[in-house]
Amino acid sequence: MAVRLCRVQVASAYPITPQSPVSETLARLVESGELATEFVDVESEHSAMAVVSASSLVGARSFTATSSQGLAYMHEMLHWTAGARLPVVMACVNRAVGAPWSILNDQQDSISQRDTGWMQMYARDNQEILDTIIQAFKIAESVYVPVMVCYDGFVLSHTNMPVDIPSQADVDAFLPPYKPQYVIDAADPRTYNAVTLANPRRDASGLMRQGYMEFRQQLHEALESAHDRIKQVDQEFAAVFGRSHGGMAWGYSLDDAEIAMVTMGSLGMEATVAVDRLRQRGCKAGVLGIRAFRPFPKGEVIELLRSAKTAVVFEKDISYGSEGAVCSELKAALYGSQARIPVHGYIVGLGGRDVKARELEAVVEGLTGAGAMDGRQNGKPRWLSLG
Amino acid sequence: MKANVLDLPEKEYLLAGNRGCAGCGLSLAYRHILKALEGKALVTVTAGCLTVIQGMYPLTSVQVPSVNTPFASVGSAASGLVAGLRALRRKDLIVLAFAGDGATCDMGIQALSGAADRATDFIYICDDNEGYMNTGTQRSSSTPFGAITSTTPVRGNMRFAKDMPKIMEDHNIPYVCTTSSSYPLDLYEKMRKAKDIKGTRYVHLYTPCPPGWRFPTAQTVRVGKLAVETAMVVLYEVRDGVFRLTGPSKKMAEEGKTRPVTDYLRLQGRFAKLTEQDERRIQDWATRRWQGYLERDSRSKAAASDVDAQEPSEG
Repeated sequence: MAVRLCRVQVASAYPITPQSPVSETLARLVESGELATEFVDVESEHSAMAVVSASSLVGARSFTATSSQGLAYMHEMLHWTAGARLPVVMACVNRAVGAPWSILNDQQDSISQRDTGWMQMYARDNQEILDTIIQAFKIAESVYVPVMVCYDGFVLSHTNMPVDIPSQADVDAFLPPYKPQYVIDAADPRTYNAVTLANPRRDASGLMRQGYMEFRQQLHEALESAHDRIKQVDQEFAAVFGRSHGGMAWGYSLDDAEIAMVTMGSLGMEATVAVDRLRQRGCKAGVLGIRAFRPFPKGEVIELLRSAKTAVVFEKDISYGSEGAVCSELKAALYGSQARIPVHGYIVGLGGRDVKARELEAVVEGLTGAGAMDGRQNGKPRWLSLG
Repeated sequence: MKANVLDLPEKEYLLAGNRGCAGCGLSLAYRHILKALEGKALVTVTAGCLTVIQGMYPLTSVQVPSVNTPFASVGSAASGLVAGLRALRRKDLIVLAFAGDGATCDMGIQALSGAADRATDFIYICDDNEGYMNTGTQRSSSTPFGAITSTTPVRGNMRFAKDMPKIMEDHNIPYVCTTSSSYPLDLYEKMRKAKDIKGTRYVHLYTPCPPGWRFPTAQTVRVGKLAVETAMVVLYEVRDGVFRLTGPSKKMAEEGKTRPVTDYLRLQGRFAKLTEQDERRIQDWATRRWQGYLERDSRSKAAASDVDAQEPSEG
């Protein structure tokens, strides 16, 4: 649906659970003539990303979707697409990565692609998935950096909820056609992504051109600049469609919260349920939802946590031998700020293990009171509901 | 359709003074390929000798648009370029995918097979210098039996090369051909033919490599010709499933003579460690393969004359 509304010109995908409904729907809409998109039914995810990377370079708005092993198989092409500054948008339907096999949900797949140069945005419900894909094209095409729109496999991908579908005219007005950085022209031939040396070098006219490292710095700065762009696009979206998803990060009951539950993706919905019940019992809890993981909402996190005395991160990934990735990011964001609060890290819901609001509440209640300021709990991740 | 040197466009699309090695067969071939397409090509190229020839940012030796892509993705990047051009309703450029034998027969075979399966409208050229010559002459699955490479340094390669054009033929694509940088007009004719065919066209291009094969840089054309004259390399095309020998190989078939493989092998340092037994194995392999091609060629001729006999009014 988002693909049609965004007038995607080239789509390519390889089926993988739980992304398959996306591949199947795209193929059906194209085959039945309802969607005027070039659909390339590739033989692998590596090829899917190579296809949309090349079609985006030619100047066509391009989309793909994958999960888990498929995303891992794309890894090389993810670096390439971001490095080539191609504004591809990809849906990542979050699923655990093997071995051992699991088709169920966690976020280890997208977190493992953190340093490929892609922006990553996490949606908490089905409406937000649709809206974020529309926003993602606008963000990507203004800074020439690809965007991964992540949402939890099965939890969101195989559930239905009523979704407000924007009108085509409104989306057209919101999202203008894609303007590529370069137009492929035989009369003005260019070589794209050629071997680039370490140091700047003169071109044929004697002009100094950047070396590899300058290209890398430019990509980094593009992601930094996307920080404001993500907020701005969400505001523009709200002005047209009447819905905001919080820009970089969102808060729930944080204004006077003493303990903040930090989440990413659909877990945020579970956490809001927990917060409502905790508040009924007199526990001042709130939720901080990370919407953009790359670029990371450093400033927003500090601002949203201003009243919190403790933060507890619940996340569906683990950087083996260290801690959860969101936990590390949060600590890094708080370092040097005025907020000297303990950060507790909980690994939850790996490989589809159910996360119950009740369990989150128990953790929060255990951390409020005497144990809250105990610095010794920092550093090592805890595992929720292990057998 | 027979071309002569006067037919070649004067315009150069590959500039002189590029980074190709002295005596590079690929450089010679690429020049003629771009002439055959009259510069109306959108090239996609993977890591390999052509990447080096095309130069380093911000300089380029090539006067057509060219898109670099990772090693395993030439077939899929070409599919993306074709899809992008179609989406934008552009018909001004032919997508030309270029990969070495390593990127074709080894890592890129999946993406190439996928592109052919989808009947992607493009020309794929496998530049076969029989090994990973750009990265220091390692063995690929297209390296001939007995060749010394940097990963078969002691005894030489003990496996015969994969028959990549045959694999592509079995994808039922409209055009498959083999050609060689030592016969630029054969290459030019085949590229002109491929240019006007719709669908996936696969060109297997043999390019002798002086540093990788260890022969003097002035001998490139001669080594390539000897490969054909000894039937180590056979030039043919398969158009809509119909096989025919072409150019010098066709002439050899008509005259019924081939040279012994030793004439080809002894010019190259990479075959220095062959035993007599190895050489006999290579000769047997070449003879058996040549016989197979001769039989296919005569079967095609017989089938064609059957058709003529049935439909005399057509003539």
